[in-house]
Amino acid sequence: MNIEGKRHIWSDYQKEIADDHFFYVRSCIRQSFFPGSEQFFLNLMRNILGKDVYENPGHTTCTGIGYHSDIVPSATIMTVIARHFALMKESGYKNIAISCVTSFGLYTEILDTWKHFPEQLEKTREYLFKATGREFDIPENVAHSSDIIYKFKDLIAQKAKNLLINKITGEPLKIVEHIGCHYAKMFPKSGVGGAEFPHVLSGMIEAWGGNVVDYPERRHCCGFGFRQYLVQANRGYSVSNTAKKFSSMKPFKPDMVLTNCPGCTMFMDKWQYTIKEMEGTSFGDKGESIPVLTYEELAGLVLGYNPWDLGLQYHMVQSEPLLKKLGIEYDNADKFKTKDGKQMPIPQNLINS
Amino acid sequence: MKNLFDILMEDIRFEEGLKACMNCGVCTAICPAAEFYDYDPRKIVYAVQSREDEEIIKLLKSETIWYCGECMSCKTRCPRGNTPGFIIMALRTLSQKLGYFTESEKGRQQLAIKRTVGENIFKYGYCAATYAVNPKMHPEQGPIWEYILENTDDVFERLGGQINGIGTGPLRKIPQDALDELKKIFDVTGGTAFFETIEDYSKKKASEMGIQFDDKGTDNDYFVEVFTANNGTHTSHENK
Repeated sequence: MNIEGKRHIWSDYQKEIADDHFFYVRSCIRQSFFPGSEQFFLNLMRNILGKDVYENPGHTTCTGIGYHSDIVPSATIMTVIARHFALMKESGYKNIAISCVTSFGLYTEILDTWKHFPEQLEKTREYLFKATGREFDIPENVAHSSDIIYKFKDLIAQKAKNLLINKITGEPLKIVEHIGCHYAKMFPKSGVGGAEFPHVLSGMIEAWGGNVVDYPERRHCCGFGFRQYLVQANRGYSVSNTAKKFSSMKPFKPDMVLTNCPGCTMFMDKWQYTIKEMEGTSFGDKGESIPVLTYEELAGLVLGYNPWDLGLQYHMVQSEPLLKKLGIEYDNADKFKTKDGKQMPIPQNLINS
Repeated sequence: MKNLFDILMEDIRFEEGLKACMNCGVCTAICPAAEFYDYDPRKIVYAVQSREDEEIIKLLKSETIWYCGECMSCKTRCPRGNTPGFIIMALRTLSQKLGYFTESEKGRQQLAIKRTVGENIFKYGYCAATYAVNPKMHPEQGPIWEYILENTDDVFERLGGQINGIGTGPLRKIPQDALDELKKIFDVTGGTAFFETIEDYSKKKASEMGIQFDDKGTDNDYFVEVFTANNGTHTSHENK
């Protein structure tokens, strides 16, 4: 068998991910809904893996949600992103680490646009200089923060305290992975495994001992649809697409959903609640709902971190069924406490609790 | 005078998105919007490809160009390298520039997006932020969301957040000089003018429809109308 040929074909699906020295840009949705995830990413990189990750306090939204709901012109978003590149240059960094799949899709789209339309790059340079006096360089390496965790997945596996094994049955956990449309559907070369064999999350699941669930609507949109969620009158689109996806995965009895995009995490968590309220339907085994975790939260559990410091209690679908399967001992009394250990009120009517 | 097709071609997304469509319909097969709306992206590309002003104006005034969710699944699958999603983005931009967006129920919603996401960008430097997601407008967020809003400081402190704080961290306060730069970028690149265009045409439409309109905020009849109105004619036949 000619292995060289196979390697050559497969090389199209590989992605170069920088090893160190990252300029980190946050996600509007991840930091608003999953602040513990962004902080765990920094903790993992800096304190566990010993990497240099820098955050500039002056970076802003990339305006991507506005762009994809068609209120922000393309020249505007290109210049906002160019400003982030300028801050990166001024801070002495060349590798960008992006916390949001919408942003990541836009960074890759804009870099591709500048390649095909060099005059747009020049125009953007002029706009940015006129608006801010700043100048920028094109980054040497563009990674989504999940790409970086993917790169170090085996190191994480070596340090694992909890592998993704059902401690009750001894079987690998059945995990649905959802990579998010804008990660690789637009520019397949920018994602690990491309659009056909996306491996960014399945690689983590396999390295940490779990099984990936394949199901018919595996690549279907989570249901966000930008304006189809942002405007109340359109939310039927959003919830219907989520219901289609969950109905398709239900027969496979997944133990959890692992997500790449912060928006997908939020929708797949919150719409399960909504569908249960609307129709009484739940999609997990034994009438439970399926916990939806970010890759940072899952990495944190694998490394033995306290689920309540990661923020799992602030999802609508609570994660106790998953924690029990993983054999993780958690302290119920600690769940809704402040950083200093003061008791907070107990929220009511959460799912799976 | 330039025809509308030539104006669309000035949008790089249109130039990138439209090669030569052979009408195979793969985009429609993969489309999450076509699943639930009475919607067929193939037909949009076909109509645009005619290059006729009359066809394009029909689209600019239509409901149909507003059904796409911009997931861009069509980009991966088109065997001819077209991207219907990019074509739709160019049509939506032109529809707003020419004021045709107020002719459809779905198009009029652009004001609601400008008044929420658009204002968040200027006010906070974020498209979305915890404190800007109002449970009344977002009942789907469930009881945990009301809880987080009632206990925001404690929740964020435990998780390492920096809500409204100075420096780095989740949901830190974006420094004023950064907000000023963001606004200047909008001014220089036409973003601010685009917001004003959405406002101007919406105000005109509100007066035509006889609905009360305020120049700011979400607490006025026209905002509520465009944010919530659904005449029930948008879904596909089998889902009705």
